[in-house]
Amino acid sequence: MTAVAETTARSAEKYRVTRSRRNVAWTGVGALVVVVVLALFPYIVGAGTETILVQAFIILTLASMWNLLAGYAGLVSVGQQGFVGLGAYFVLILNIHNISMFTALPIAAIGCGVAAVPMWWLVSRLRSGYFAIATWVLATTILLIIEKFPSIGGGTGLSLPHTPSLSSAVLEAYTFWIGLAVTVAALLGVYLLLRSRLGLVLTAVRDDEVAARSSGARVGLARMIVFVVAGIGCGAAGALLAVSQLIVQPTAVFSVQWTAYMAFAVIIGGLGTIEGPILGTIVYMVLQQTLQSYNAWYLIVLGLVAMGVAIFARRGLWGLVDEHLHVRLFPVGYWLWDPGARGNGFGRRRGGRPS
Amino acid sequence: MFGVMKVVNLAHGDLAVIGGYVAVGVITVTHIPVLWSFVIVVPLMAVLGYVLQRTVIQAALDRSVLTTLLVTFGLSVVIENGLLQFFSAGSHSLGVDNAIITGAFSIGSQISIAYLLLLIFAVAVVVLLGLQYYLSRSRYGRLIRAVADDKEAAQLSGIDYRHVFGIAAAIAFGTVALAGIAYGMYSQFAPTTGTDTILLFAFAAVVIGGLGSLWGTLLGGVILGVAQAIGAQISGSDEFLAGYIVFLAVLVLRPQGLIARRAQT
Repeated sequence: MTAVAETTARSAEKYRVTRSRRNVAWTGVGALVVVVVLALFPYIVGAGTETILVQAFIILTLASMWNLLAGYAGLVSVGQQGFVGLGAYFVLILNIHNISMFTALPIAAIGCGVAAVPMWWLVSRLRSGYFAIATWVLATTILLIIEKFPSIGGGTGLSLPHTPSLSSAVLEAYTFWIGLAVTVAALLGVYLLLRSRLGLVLTAVRDDEVAARSSGARVGLARMIVFVVAGIGCGAAGALLAVSQLIVQPTAVFSVQWTAYMAFAVIIGGLGTIEGPILGTIVYMVLQQTLQSYNAWYLIVLGLVAMGVAIFARRGLWGLVDEHLHVRLFPVGYWLWDPGARGNGFGRRRGGRPS
Repeated sequence: MFGVMKVVNLAHGDLAVIGGYVAVGVITVTHIPVLWSFVIVVPLMAVLGYVLQRTVIQAALDRSVLTTLLVTFGLSVVIENGLLQFFSAGSHSLGVDNAIITGAFSIGSQISIAYLLLLIFAVAVVVLLGLQYYLSRSRYGRLIRAVADDKEAAQLSGIDYRHVFGIAAAIAFGTVALAGIAYGMYSQFAPTTGTDTILLFAFAAVVIGGLGSLWGTLLGGVILGVAQAIGAQISGSDEFLAGYIVFLAVLVLRPQGLIARRAQT
C-alpha cells in the first residue's frame, strides 16, 4: 500500500467534522428549559422585575443584531437607533389607525426590514468608518423628518392612543411574553442564519474578502441580507420599546445611546459569537442596575470597560470562556477531529473565530 | 489625522467640544480674553492628543480597523457622558466682547456677514495652508508622509512610527481644539454637540468634497454651510435637515464626491 493511499484510507476512517466538540443536544434542552422558566416568570415575580427583564430583552435583541452586523459581516453601524426609532414609530402610526399594538409589532418589524433596503443602497457606497458615520447621519435625518409631522407627535412625541383595556398586571405579562418571543425569535434567527449557506459566506469574507469574492461568493448580497435582518431585529426591539413604554418620544427612541448599549454589550460579551451578546447583556443589566443612581456614570464605566475589553480581550468574556473550556452553546462553525493530533483537545476549528 | 493613520475617529467631534470646554475652564481661571485662549488650549489638547494616541488609540490600531472603530466610539460615548457629568447638560458659549469682531458688514440689503465668521474662515484657510506646508516641507511632515505611505518601510529606515503617529495626533487634536474654540465663539455648545453636529457635519463635508481631498473638504464645508443657511431661511428647524439632505443627495448622485480622488493615492 502506498503512502498516499494509506493517508486517504486513514482520513476516511478517522477525520470527522462535527459542528461542536461536544454533543449539543443538552444545549437545546437547556435553552428550552430557560425559555419555559422565563415564560412562567409573570406568575412568579412582580411587575418591577418584569420591566427590568423587558429592558434586558430589548438590549439582547439589539445586541444580537449588532453582533450579526459587526461580528459577522464586518459592518460597524452606529445608526441602528434609526431602526429602533422607526420600529417604535411604525407601532405608533398603526396604533393611531386603531390597530392593536400587539398586532402592530410584527408589522413594524417587517416595515423596518423593507425600509432597510433603500437605506442599504445609500450607505453601502461607503466603507468601514465612513459607513459607520453614514448610518448615523441617516438615523439623524429620519429623526429630523419625523419631527416635522405634528400628527405623530412632532418634536415632543405621543402616547399610544389605543392601548388595550387590560389591568396593568395582565398588560405587563403580555408585554413580557411578547418581549420574550421577540428575543427568542432574534436569537434563533441569527443562529439559523449563521448555520446556513450565508453564514459560510460571511465566515469566508471575514477570513479573506478578496479570496471569497474570487471564489464567487456574493459578498454584497450577503451583507445586504445581514443589514436587512438587523433592520428587522432592531425594528422589532424598537416596537417592543413602544409597547412597553406606551409612549414614543423622538429624541428618546432615536438616541445614539441605543447603539452604545448594543455595541458595548456585544464587545464586552464577545464579538462574533452568539453567546457573547447574551453574556454582555447580563453584564450590562447588572452594571445598569447597580450604577443607575449615578446618572451618566454607568455609561462611562460601561464605555471604559468596553474599550478595555476591545483592546485587551478582543474576543470578549465569552472568548475567555471558550478558550479554556471549548464550549459552544450555539455552534455555527465546524470542528475537525484530527486523528494525527494527540488526544481530543488538539482538534482544529474552522470558523467561529473573529479575525 | 484621517489620512495619515487611515483611521476614522468617531470621537473627533467630541474632542472639539472638549477643546471648547477646556477654553471655558481656562478663561474662568485665568481671565484671559477669549480670542487668546487658544494659546493655552491648543498646546494642552496637543499633549492630550499625543498621550491618547500613544496609549489607547495606538493599542487599538495595532489590532484592527474594527477595534479602532469600537474604541473611538467608546471614547466618544465616555467623553460625552463625562462632560454631561461634570458640566451638566446646559449649553455654554465663549462670548466675544470685542466690538470690531462682533460687528458685521452688509452686502446689499439682505446679506450681512459677521466679522467673526470671516475671521474664523480666514483662520481655517490659514490653518489648512499651514498644515499643507508643514506636511510637504518640514522634517516631521516628511516623516508623517513616509509613515502614511508605508509604515513598515519607514520603520526599517529607523523611524519610530508610534512617535510619528503621536505627533500627527497632537497636530490633529490641536487643530480640532481650535475648531472647538471657533465653534464656541459663534454658537453654543453642549456635551452632545460633538456628535450631533460637529462629527456628522465634518464627515458630511469630507464625503461631499470627496474622500482624501483636503480642498474638497473645504468646498464640502462651504456647500453644507450654504445649504444650512437656506434651510434656516425656510424654517429654523430645517437647518440641519437641509445639510443632511444635501449629503444624502451627493451620496446618491455622486458617491465619489465632488472632487474625485485620483485613481490611486
